[in-house]
Amino acid sequence: MDSDRASAASRSPESHHSETTLRVNGKPHTLVVDHRRVLLDLLREDLGLTGAKKGCDHGQCGACTVLVDGRRVNSCLLFAVALDGCEVTTVEGLAGDGEELHPVQRAFLERDAFQCGYCTPGQICSAVGALAEAAAGHPSHVTDPATPSGEPVPLGREEIRERLSGNLCRCGAYPRIADAVEDVIP
Amino acid sequence: MTGTETVLGAPAERREGREKVTGTARYAAEFDVPGRAQCLPVPATVARGRVTGVDAAPALALPGVLAVLTHENAPRLAAPDDPVLAVLQSPRVPHRGWFVALVVAETLEAARAGAAAVRITYDAEGYDVTLTPSHPEAYVPQEVNAGYPGLREHGDPDAAFAASPARVDVEYRVPPLHNHPMEPHASTAYWDGDRLVVHTSSQGTNAVRAALAAMFELPEDRIRVVAEHVGGGFGSKGTPRPDVVLAAMAARHTGRPVTLALPRRCLPAVVGHRAPTLHRLRLGAEADGRLTSLVHEVTTHSSRIKEFVEQAAVPARVMYATPTARTLHRVARLDVPTPSWMRAPGEAPGMYALESALDELATELGMDPVELRIRNEPETEPDSGRPFSSRHLVECLREGARRFGWSERDPRPRSRAAGPLLVGTGVAAATYPVLVAPSTAAAQALPDGGFLVRTNATDIGTGARTVLAQVAADALGVPLERVRIEVGSTDLPPAPLAGGSSGTASWGWAVHEACVRLRDRLAGHSGPLPAEGVTASADTSGRADADQPWSRHAFGAHFAEVAVDTVTGEVRVRRLLGVFAAGRILNARTARSQFIGGMTMGLGMALTEDSTMDPAFGDFTQSDLASYHVPAHADVLSVEAHWVDEDDDHLNPMGSKGIGEIGIVGSAAAIGNAVHHATGIRFRELPLTPDRVLTGLLEHEHPAGTLGA
Repeated sequence: MDSDRASAASRSPESHHSETTLRVNGKPHTLVVDHRRVLLDLLREDLGLTGAKKGCDHGQCGACTVLVDGRRVNSCLLFAVALDGCEVTTVEGLAGDGEELHPVQRAFLERDAFQCGYCTPGQICSAVGALAEAAAGHPSHVTDPATPSGEPVPLGREEIRERLSGNLCRCGAYPRIADAVEDVIP
Repeated sequence: MTGTETVLGAPAERREGREKVTGTARYAAEFDVPGRAQCLPVPATVARGRVTGVDAAPALALPGVLAVLTHENAPRLAAPDDPVLAVLQSPRVPHRGWFVALVVAETLEAARAGAAAVRITYDAEGYDVTLTPSHPEAYVPQEVNAGYPGLREHGDPDAAFAASPARVDVEYRVPPLHNHPMEPHASTAYWDGDRLVVHTSSQGTNAVRAALAAMFELPEDRIRVVAEHVGGGFGSKGTPRPDVVLAAMAARHTGRPVTLALPRRCLPAVVGHRAPTLHRLRLGAEADGRLTSLVHEVTTHSSRIKEFVEQAAVPARVMYATPTARTLHRVARLDVPTPSWMRAPGEAPGMYALESALDELATELGMDPVELRIRNEPETEPDSGRPFSSRHLVECLREGARRFGWSERDPRPRSRAAGPLLVGTGVAAATYPVLVAPSTAAAQALPDGGFLVRTNATDIGTGARTVLAQVAADALGVPLERVRIEVGSTDLPPAPLAGGSSGTASWGWAVHEACVRLRDRLAGHSGPLPAEGVTASADTSGRADADQPWSRHAFGAHFAEVAVDTVTGEVRVRRLLGVFAAGRILNARTARSQFIGGMTMGLGMALTEDSTMDPAFGDFTQSDLASYHVPAHADVLSVEAHWVDEDDDHLNPMGSKGIGEIGIVGSAAAIGNAVHHATGIRFRELPLTPDRVLTGLLEHEHPAGTLGA
């Protein structure tokens, strides 16, 4: 056991690293990634995309929420090396390249749906993901069981609150965030 | 004010909003200085004792680990004013979680592995972390937080209480609470020759610079501290914290730029907490509800290294007319982490207890709780006798009652049921003092027709940039978009911290004066401006902090509707409505967000936020966000904030009172009072979690001895 550990520690750094390719906000990035590196740290430390925030590093607060292959994830819980070939969208990439904001970003601004701003990128990515999930017919804990399977789930305030409950906001902007999300529901 | 339409009060959009919604706003850990290393601290695993040995070799053998700092090799620093900053200066461990080592590494992963590999041995000593109402070491402090006296007494409250026809004698408990801003405390530091540059997450960088200058024995002008965006603070970033000292030490020791972002789990032990408070309230009243006696006695803890006393009996000196009163604090110094400011220190727990007791008195008297408060409205501040500069508590209560639909309430407890739910409503008052500190600011007219206003305010999420630009635009008489504002750096004119709900009043006063002066100067100027523009500055020292004869406070009223599930014991707040009287509201949009935010934190205090001092390990059990439950989206159904306009000439040139804290004051009491109205059961220990509520409901249905018999 001890000798195993010693030999593991003395192995060349290469054995702890692997080449990984991710598409982030539409651009491919090939990096040699420490196997311990989580997606959040790859975004923040390797790519300088600090929009995804580290609030707890344990999947408890949602500040690190980004979209992987269109689905929202806590990026602090995903090993980057396991995401080879994935498409990642962060708050920086939601709006594309222009000056125009994504409708959810614009709604957050208009509704004053934040104060300190630290949970905001996660809230916004989470809202984008939640809207897509509802459109794809994914039920939530509060969805009426009689809702027809596979059809879009209408998002009332209770649904919005439930679906965004993985994203904490200590400034207490919740009512404004729900307003902002309601604004962009088609 | 001028021919230009006033913008003070307008719902101007947050100036940094675009950066925040696009993820380009940079916080302290996000300054990727070339060559930057990462740090992680090693917390002590004993509650009291000393470090007897450090084996850093296993950590240093790991790839990427650059250094392990401990009390044995860390730079020796001058003793700080605040003992919580004296990290790695001695082997002493004053409480569990105190940092005993710091690992510096090339990457976060290497730092984490290094921190896990450092071997520390301790000489552990016996300890006491358990606060009790009759703790033998508790004493009455001379002063409590914010400089108030520890004890005030008027008349003979005990005799008056004994002779009162109506009496309430009750105890309440508020647990330790944690600030937990979403951005953990973080600092990035580097040395540029003999100059130190620090990006830190702080509510006030002038105080950070002063602390670093004293500890590193440097003149202040060789230190630059920047806090451009701060991810919340709620008091925990109101004073410099160990991260900034450790980062500066690590940068000096390694010669590298470093970042130290504290892990979430470390925060409860090292960034302050709201100390637990044990309250005893005695209220005596005449049959018509007029108070004859008010006694509020509070027992709390502080640490061995610092006396910090949560001033929870202080609001009782302000709220209600009474001929006799005693307000008293006791503190026991235990082997616990050092408490500090958390949003409305004193007022938040104190008003929970006082406003719950008022509700109990209303029940005792068979009086409406709104009317009972109005019956006890004082002419002048009860404790000091000073006149109020303005006080519109009665208006807040009446306006809130009207908006909430209070008049339709059936006062009988347990009078509304809906299936398994019991529904109730409750009310409580709020208060927060008007604080203001001297500040400086500079205003510059530029040749292009724009204006640049500079002051070292900090925007911790309040919207400081936005409201200060509004103050400036009004004082200059120019459109808002012509004013640019710079805050958040010690390069700017010095300014006090964002704390005590004093920021806007303090900074705004200086900004207003600088802009008025600039306007006068421009009025006497003809022709185009010189290339460097025209500048005026202001310093409010001696005026902002001058003695003045008024009792100055904001007031408010909260109304809550709750549904209590008799099957699960869960309490849901269906509606929370607050009305506040806080002087002139300077930005309707950001002010509303702050009020609602404070009320939401009060909802957490009432229902979800709970911390426990573990007697076996001597530390907080709920040290992360999975165990310490801050309110989530699903907990917050309807929170509304309104205000009544106040015209008060005794405040500052804007006529504003602080709004950052009053939202949390009294909201927990309104919710607790609503739970009593719903269930007929009085819960006197926060938070009102399902286990407590269900136990209470079962005992109510089946009085002791009948259950399971």
